[in-house]
Amino acid sequence: MSKVRVLVGTRKGAFILSSDGKREKWDVSGPHFAGWEIYHMKGSPADPNRIYASQCSGWFGQIIQRSDDGGKTWHQPGTAKDQPPPPPGPPVGESNKFVYDASEQTGKPLTTHQWYDGTQHPWEFKRVWHLEPSLTEPDTVYAGIEDAALFRSTDGGQAWKELPGLRGSDTGPRWQPGAGGMCLHSILLDPSNPKRIFIAISAAGAFRTDDGGKSWKPINRGLKSEYIPDPNAEVGHCVHHIANHRSRPNTLFMQKHWDVMRTDDAGDNWREISGNLPTDFGFVIDVHAHEPETVYVVPIKSDSEHFPLDGKLRVYRSRTGGNEWEALTKGLPQSDCYVNVLRDAMSVDSLDSCGVYFGTTGGQVYTSADAGNNWAPIVHDLPAVLSVEVQTLP
Amino acid sequence: MIRVVLPQHLRTLAHVGNEISVEVQGRATLRSVLDALEDSYPMLRGTIRDHVTLERRAFLRFFVCAEDWSHEAPDSALPEEIVSGKEPFLIIGAIAGG
Repeated sequence: MSKVRVLVGTRKGAFILSSDGKREKWDVSGPHFAGWEIYHMKGSPADPNRIYASQCSGWFGQIIQRSDDGGKTWHQPGTAKDQPPPPPGPPVGESNKFVYDASEQTGKPLTTHQWYDGTQHPWEFKRVWHLEPSLTEPDTVYAGIEDAALFRSTDGGQAWKELPGLRGSDTGPRWQPGAGGMCLHSILLDPSNPKRIFIAISAAGAFRTDDGGKSWKPINRGLKSEYIPDPNAEVGHCVHHIANHRSRPNTLFMQKHWDVMRTDDAGDNWREISGNLPTDFGFVIDVHAHEPETVYVVPIKSDSEHFPLDGKLRVYRSRTGGNEWEALTKGLPQSDCYVNVLRDAMSVDSLDSCGVYFGTTGGQVYTSADAGNNWAPIVHDLPAVLSVEVQTLP
Repeated sequence: MIRVVLPQHLRTLAHVGNEISVEVQGRATLRSVLDALEDSYPMLRGTIRDHVTLERRAFLRFFVCAEDWSHEAPDSALPEEIVSGKEPFLIIGAIAGG
């Protein structure tokens, strides 16, 4: 029977929730890396036992962790699992070294971006927001970082190199941080075209490469942002998350700061699909595993009040690719609920009856084993949830 | 051997107990002790000093014989009490965050 493994990153450690295909009884493992912020964990599609985790702290900076046994044991890539390697030896311990490419040979290195006050500000590495393992190579993994840039490792996370064409594109000096920092938070790999990658940055917008990361173009036409006077602004949009379905990689769904958007031409043109949502502010967005036109969002009241409207936690589902949305409430708190659901904290499994999962800043992780009709908490007292990813296992 | 005491989270990362010892070749300074520490425990690289600039991370402090050495020059010689192992070199996480 198939199983699911839910990887939960929180403010104070990582948790792994496991169940069989019924998704009724759950084993909870953790906290792993107790006391550390775990911004994101994700398993390799090519080797589900290979899991990468982004661990960080204001005191000690960034750590990358890797498991090769499905989360039972972890190590920092490049270091021995149980004891430090004896010196002298090959260069090791650089799995947390994210250094912006400033070489003349590999593009147009940038040194500054736009700061909150409109002045230029140096690029400074802060943390890894998102780890996206390759669809085919377990040792290849992409990292989206703050301040926004895309890095790649091809040796299982031991060493990282920037793909400088993104930051070095001519729009780089106009990127600016959102309230949460200038983070590259979404990475979508195209299963039908290994040269194509989509990424999104707050608050710069969405970008696409068609040549494996050498060159990038902003794909933000059609996005409207109240705070940007230019209605055709190429960058500056606060994209909160993007998602797509494997079978239709050119159709992307976006939860923007305000507005839920859709493109069917790989980002060249976007149109709004907020429709009848009670508020179109939010962070998460995801797509049903088997129905490419079924989309999920969690509306949040506003950019100044980061909690559900009227204290009711409601997932909204559209089965028409947007515009027509229905509230999903069974099993979710419908009074006095003032949590948030952060941008990487929703995921779906690919069992026959698609499971949907999301985590809250109140420490709950909810699941629905029937595509959103009925919900139940798997856990309800974790630290604030930063990310949720699901692995469907044979 | 120089005794080093790490904050709890770094002990976990390095898989060590309350106190460790490192051997320093030549003069014992802040820089040479941290170099030796990172050579022996490479998983600590980047957690105490920046990978590139080698500057101390903002929320960590260095204490030597009950004195704050966080702002001492990296090549300042450590006192005999540290060199002889009588006193440990302390790396402390600053109290911050409310």
